[in-house]
Amino acid sequence: MAVPILKQGENLIASIQSALTDTDLVTLRDALVDKVAALRIRGVIVDVTALDVLDSFASRTLRDLAHMIRLRGARTVIVGIQPEVAFAMVQLGLTLEDIPTALDLEEGLKFLGTRR
Amino acid sequence: MREPEKRSIPPIGDETATTLLSELAAHLRENRTLLRQEWAQRITKAKLLTAMTEQEVFTEATAVYDQYVEALETGTFEALQAYARNLSERIIPRGVETNEVVGIVLLLRDVLARSLFAKYQADFAKLNRILDAYEPAANRIANTVAVGFVQERERIIREQQEAIRELSTPVLQVRERLLILPIIGVIDPQRARQLTEQLLLGIRATRGRVVVIDLTGVAAIDSSIANHLVQTVEASRLLGATVIVTGLSPAIAQTLVNIGVDLRKMNTVGDLQGGIEEAERLLGYRVTQLSARDEGAEPRSG
Repeated sequence: MAVPILKQGENLIASIQSALTDTDLVTLRDALVDKVAALRIRGVIVDVTALDVLDSFASRTLRDLAHMIRLRGARTVIVGIQPEVAFAMVQLGLTLEDIPTALDLEEGLKFLGTRR
Repeated sequence: MREPEKRSIPPIGDETATTLLSELAAHLRENRTLLRQEWAQRITKAKLLTAMTEQEVFTEATAVYDQYVEALETGTFEALQAYARNLSERIIPRGVETNEVVGIVLLLRDVLARSLFAKYQADFAKLNRILDAYEPAANRIANTVAVGFVQERERIIREQQEAIRELSTPVLQVRERLLILPIIGVIDPQRARQLTEQLLLGIRATRGRVVVIDLTGVAAIDSSIANHLVQTVEASRLLGATVIVTGLSPAIAQTLVNIGVDLRKMNTVGDLQGGIEEAERLLGYRVTQLSARDEGAEPRSG
């Protein structure tokens, strides 16, 4: 299932609506990385509220995505990780080390706003 | 579940036992006032149910007596069981002990048996048959009441354990977006798990940005709990919250160093006050004291 990517001012918002296959994730990554330069984007928000599982592939893809976007000149913030998902992730050692996270979309936007 | 209770009391052949038991029940009904009174007196004399007033003891005794006779007659224990549970629910909070409940039921059994002796002493064979019918039924009743009481007690204990467990990990909001989680006492694996769960749900529910976990009241933790703590910090970060750990005892600090915790991930401050100040700084608050002059001009009430 394709993930809708919305442009809001200088930010892109990718709101994941349902469980994604590995291919979907890679497609999302490529689409976001592509749009960042094309639309002169400063920040990217990936909303994972709807996901009840984030496995190692998903975590790695999100991390790669964030790193690639940083290299393209924008910041990424992951928002909406569910409490159970968060704890399952750290138990698996998937801590998204250097990637900013925020509680929800609102917090994510605020975070990007303060770091212009 | 409790099959045997549905059957009537078997021993000498159902027919006879049933007739004997109804004869017996009729006798007990006839002498209700007298026997009940004797029972209540013996309860008082034996210093049972001291937590209750005499009037209460008498009221309960009446109800138990009637239930008892009915259970004897019909051989069904559901009503008695339900009553025993209900009674337990009322008297347990008042500090009535298991031995008291068992004691009063055995007293009643005794009082009734004596009255049967008195009635049938002339006819020994009949007395024998009556007792054959009475004893098993009476034992079952005593058993039912005691088990009902103990089960009720256990249920209450379970509930209280649950309540204590919940109370033991309060997640408190001190300011908008600032939570504190004071931990006091020993952290066992179950408490650790619950603590994490409460904290993560609390962050979600109150939109916490900064969390201060205060360990002043914890003397030491083992390495698995230490790992769990680190995981909790990381999980909180995934929800977008920053965790500050305060009040680490030397023993805990040593455990954390031993497990090789990444100090960049762990934000620690000496005491709770420092932790809250740090949190306020992160949230952009500045707490200032009213100047001495203002205070002097407008003395605060209270």
